Amino acid sequence: MTAMLNLQGVNKIYNPNSRHPVHAVIDLDLAVQPGEIVALLGSSGCGKTSTLRMVAGFEQVSSGSISLAGRDIHTFAPARRNVAMAFEGYSLYPPLTVRENIAFAMKSEKMATADVTARVDEIAQLLDIEDILDRYPTSLSGGQAQRAGLGRALVRKADLYLLDEPMGQLEPQLRAHLRGRIKHFIKERGLTAILVTHDQTEANALADRIAVMEGGVLQQFDTPAQLKDAPANLFTGTFIGEPPMNIFAAQAKSENGQLVFALDQGVDLSYDPTAFPDALQQAILGLGTVTLGVRPHAVQVRDHGAKAQVYAAQWLGDQTHIAAHFAGGSVVSVHHDRVSRAKGEEIGIVIAPQDLHVFDTASGNAVSHGGTLA
Amino acid sequence: MEHTSPLERILRGIALTAVVVFFMFPILWIVLMSLQTNETILRSPPSMVFEPTLSNYQAIISGQLTGNTATLEIKFMGNLLNSIILSVGSVALALLLGVPAAYAFARHKFRGSEDIAFTLLSFRFAPPLLVLLPLTIIFQQIGLADTYIGLIWVYQLICLPLILWIVRGYFEDISPDVEHAYRIAGHSWFATFRHIALPLARPGIAAAGLLAFIFAWNNFIFALVLASADKQPVTVGALAFITASGIQYGQIAAAIVLSIAPTLALALYAQRYLVEGLSLGAVKG
Repeated sequence: MTAMLNLQGVNKIYNPNSRHPVHAVIDLDLAVQPGEIVALLGSSGCGKTSTLRMVAGFEQVSSGSISLAGRDIHTFAPARRNVAMAFEGYSLYPPLTVRENIAFAMKSEKMATADVTARVDEIAQLLDIEDILDRYPTSLSGGQAQRAGLGRALVRKADLYLLDEPMGQLEPQLRAHLRGRIKHFIKERGLTAILVTHDQTEANALADRIAVMEGGVLQQFDTPAQLKDAPANLFTGTFIGEPPMNIFAAQAKSENGQLVFALDQGVDLSYDPTAFPDALQQAILGLGTVTLGVRPHAVQVRDHGAKAQVYAAQWLGDQTHIAAHFAGGSVVSVHHDRVSRAKGEEIGIVIAPQDLHVFDTASGNAVSHGGTLA
Repeated sequence: MEHTSPLERILRGIALTAVVVFFMFPILWIVLMSLQTNETILRSPPSMVFEPTLSNYQAIISGQLTGNTATLEIKFMGNLLNSIILSVGSVALALLLGVPAAYAFARHKFRGSEDIAFTLLSFRFAPPLLVLLPLTIIFQQIGLADTYIGLIWVYQLICLPLILWIVRGYFEDISPDVEHAYRIAGHSWFATFRHIALPLARPGIAAAGLLAFIFAWNNFIFALVLASADKQPVTVGALAFITASGIQYGQIAAAIVLSIAPTLALALYAQRYLVEGLSLGAVKG
């Protein structure tokens, strides 16, 4: 299958000739399949918005190429790229009503008035904005304006839909409710979309695949499940997941026929070598210094196991977070039932080999996930 | 709504009246003066009671200045026309050049853009005498001295920075995403400028144009040095009333009333734009 959108070796350098050039996007390769929703996820300044703006044509690529539906578009003006975009901020045309704003692009497509009305009404229903169609942008709340802007983008016919934090200003309940509808709308029509967000819940809910970016570099481009189960490096491991992954520095060694990870303050995690294939054991022992990661949901609290001291236990209404001092740092464990642990209480921490992520401390790259070589 | 006591309202009324009287009294006085003869103006103590006469206006419009001893010809109506040509011409040129420039400065950060913008602004605080002498010589050499074009050119020192900076602030206030949305919907850069940016900045452009017009109208020094009698605007033309045989206060007053009338009418008409334009554009930008 040929990709709908293909970014190859794309770089973006701001102020290249100044004393402080900013390399915002570094050697980015990204291929989006037709009908796919891809999220660009990362914290602010990671290069996700620059990437989106290069695809839209508001920023020039410093080097590399972008092709959409078989056309090299990176030298085109935005008008010729055939993409639709929903903006994070205020972007409605102030002198037009919401209805006129949404219908605006269709006017130039020379559609019959009845069709335009039908399309606008359909989109308005999708986004719950039927009641504000005849109002002017200045009288709208941030969330209403954002939905109107989203409607204006989705109503168009384009090769690619660019959604820049499209729900950033909505109430949480409305956001959750609209996510499902928007995904259904896009999927039903087989549209291809790129979503920029810093909210991983939104990325998980909407996207087929997520491109995690940091420091201008694409860290990992994978399905939400793979990002969680097999993070490619320490960054994605700790960035994806809430609460974040527990991380421990460890020395790997072979002792008494066991594979032992020596943590700080004399805490040892010993595993039966059968849980790890030979090649993996070689790799881990070869590195010596590794970083262990374990998801809070996988940390088991038992009476036996490595000693830890509870310093906080919170019931969040649907899960309990237990935080404990462990191996010179702290460990967080999540339980889906109500678990009461007193502050200062001694607990045992057990981490099953299939829940263990091993990273190379020097490079940050993943070595293994749950006993499988990464 | 905040509740105000009657006392507060009365005090506020008094304060407002005081301010209005303070600022409007000179204008009222000028209007009254323009309806009196020199004798009634100069009597002591001054009085508000007099027999109104239109002789001052008559003299000015007909161009016959009748003093105590002789009759002098003045071309005040010609001066008024010059003022209109110079002010309208220079504001039109400044808008034509300044609005696209303001857009460029607001939307595109290019090398030296801040420096260029600041240099243009610095024309406003450089004393005019600094440039006048060299300008006079240069203009004489290239044949621009005593021409409307030459004067309109020099008036750009007044109008262009004003328009550039006020309108720039206005363009900066427009969310770039509004323009992006229009461009991505299939419109060129220039269409976006014309159909989105210009209409949205219209109040700012109107305010800046109006202010520039008033500044151009009030300019004295450039016209005094660079224009001969037949190109002089009202500000310079008013000097003719100081005659060898005395100062013709009544006619000066009538001339002033006639010369402030256009700007006053314009300012009153476009008050709303002025206040909006200045408070939104210039202060924030």
